[in-house]
Amino acid sequence: MTLAPALHMNGKASIGGSPIFETLSLEVAAGQWTCLLGSSGVGKSTILRLFAGLGERVEFDGDFTALEGQVALMAQSDLLLPWLAVEDNVALGARLRGEKPDLSHAADVLERVGLAEKAKRKPSELSGGQRQRVALARTLMEDRPVVLLDEPFSALDAKTRARMQELTAELLVGRTVLLVTHDPAEAARLGHHIKLMTEAGIEDIAPPSGRTPRAIDDIEVIRAQTNLLNKLREDA
Amino acid sequence: MQGWKAGLASALLGVAIWQAVVTLGDMQKFILPGPGLVAETLWKSRVTILENTWVTFVEVMLGLVLGALIGGLSAILLASSRTVRALVRPLLVFVQAIPVFALAPILNLWFGFGMTSKVVMSLIIVYFPVTSAFFDGLVRANPDWLGLARVMGANKWRVMLHVRIPAARAGFASGLRLAAVYAPIGAIIGEWVGASKGLGYLMLLANGRAKIDLMFAALIVLAVMTMCLHALTDKFCRKFLDPEESR
Repeated sequence: MTLAPALHMNGKASIGGSPIFETLSLEVAAGQWTCLLGSSGVGKSTILRLFAGLGERVEFDGDFTALEGQVALMAQSDLLLPWLAVEDNVALGARLRGEKPDLSHAADVLERVGLAEKAKRKPSELSGGQRQRVALARTLMEDRPVVLLDEPFSALDAKTRARMQELTAELLVGRTVLLVTHDPAEAARLGHHIKLMTEAGIEDIAPPSGRTPRAIDDIEVIRAQTNLLNKLREDA
Repeated sequence: MQGWKAGLASALLGVAIWQAVVTLGDMQKFILPGPGLVAETLWKSRVTILENTWVTFVEVMLGLVLGALIGGLSAILLASSRTVRALVRPLLVFVQAIPVFALAPILNLWFGFGMTSKVVMSLIIVYFPVTSAFFDGLVRANPDWLGLARVMGANKWRVMLHVRIPAARAGFASGLRLAAVYAPIGAIIGEWVGASKGLGYLMLLANGRAKIDLMFAALIVLAVMTMCLHALTDKFCRKFLDPEESR
C-alpha cells in the first residue's frame, strides 16, 4: 500500500442539467476516517462516485483529487457475484486485471474477517452480515490507500452493524477512508472527522474524543449523535 | 401426479379425443385417419420414417448448435461496442422481418437441395431468439457490479468475460430453450421447398399420394422429436447455464 493521500473536492455537480449539489468544498484527511453525514438525495453518493471515477454521467464544475488505481469501493449492497465461491469473490480484482489470483492471500484476508471456513461456499449460503464481511475482505484484498464506503452497514441488523463497524474500523486503520452515511450514530462512532452535508453545503462538526471505533454507550458519543440528529432535522 | 404419469395420462386423453372425433364425425381415412391406423402405418413404415427422421434430426441439431454459437458470439459483439450496435442492429431487425418461408427458395438456390440449405434455415430461425435473449442478459448485468469492476481496474473485455457473460447465462438459456422448439420449423420448411430426404419431404410425398396415415405418422414423430429436443436442451441448460439457486 502506498502512503494514504488526502482528498479534496471543490465545485458543483449536476446530472442531465438538474443540479445535484451547489458549490461545496470537501477536505478528506490523509490516513483517517471522514464521515460524510447527510439525508438521502443530498448528493453524498455522487461525491463518492466522482472520487471512484464512476462519474461519467455527472457534469462536475470544479476540481477534485484524481485517484485512478488508488481506490477501493464498498457499497450498501455487497455486490458479490453469485456464481463465484467466496474466495473467488475476494480475489476478483486480480482476475479482472488479468493477474493470477493469490488464493492464499485471499485465505489470510478471509481469516481476518473471521470467515476462513466459508472460503468454498457460494454467497447465497451466507447471511447478510457474512456477505458484507466478504465484501470487506474483497476491499482489503485490493489493498488500496483510499477506501470509499457508501453506507456499507445500512442494510444490516443492529447487532451485526455494530460488530461490522468495529471490524471495519480496525482493519482499515491507516487508510484514507470516506464513509458516506445517513446514520448519526455511525458517524459519531467512526469519524475522526465528521462533515454534515446539507443543501447549504458542508459543515464541519467536532467529533467526540476517544479512539475509534468509539463505544456505543460512551456518553460523549451519545451526545454527539443527538446533536447530529438535531442538525439533520433542522435542515429538513 | 408424477411428471411421467401426468404426461402419459395427457397423451391418452389426446388419443381418446382424436378417436372420438374420427368416430363421431364419421371421418374418411383420407381426411383424418384414426390413431389405430396411424399406429399401424408407423410400425409398417418404421424404416422409411426412421431414415427420414435421422436426416431431419441431424439438420436440426446442426442448425441449433451453429445458431447458438453464432448467436452467442453476435450478442457478445453487439453488447461490447456501441458502434457495432448502431450499425448492425437495424440490419438484424430488417433480416428478422423477412419471413423465413420467403427465404427458403433462395437458400435452396444458394446452398442446393441437400442438407446445407436446411441447416442454414434452422440456423437462421435459431439465431434470433438466442442473440436477443443473450444480448439482453449481457447489457442488463447489474450496473453496480460493472462499476465495482471498473474501480478494480478491469478493461472492457475482462468485464465481459468475468461479469457480463456469467451474469447473462440465464438469458442465453432462455433463448436456447425457445430455439430448440423453433429449430425443427426451419428444417421442415427447407425440406418442403426442395429435398429428397427428411420428415418434411416424407410428409409432402405422403400428401401427394393421398397417404394421409403416413403423413400423420411423420407428423407425430416430428412432434415427439421436438419434445425430446426441448427436454434435452432444458437438461443442458439446467446443468450448465441456469443460476445455481434456481436449479
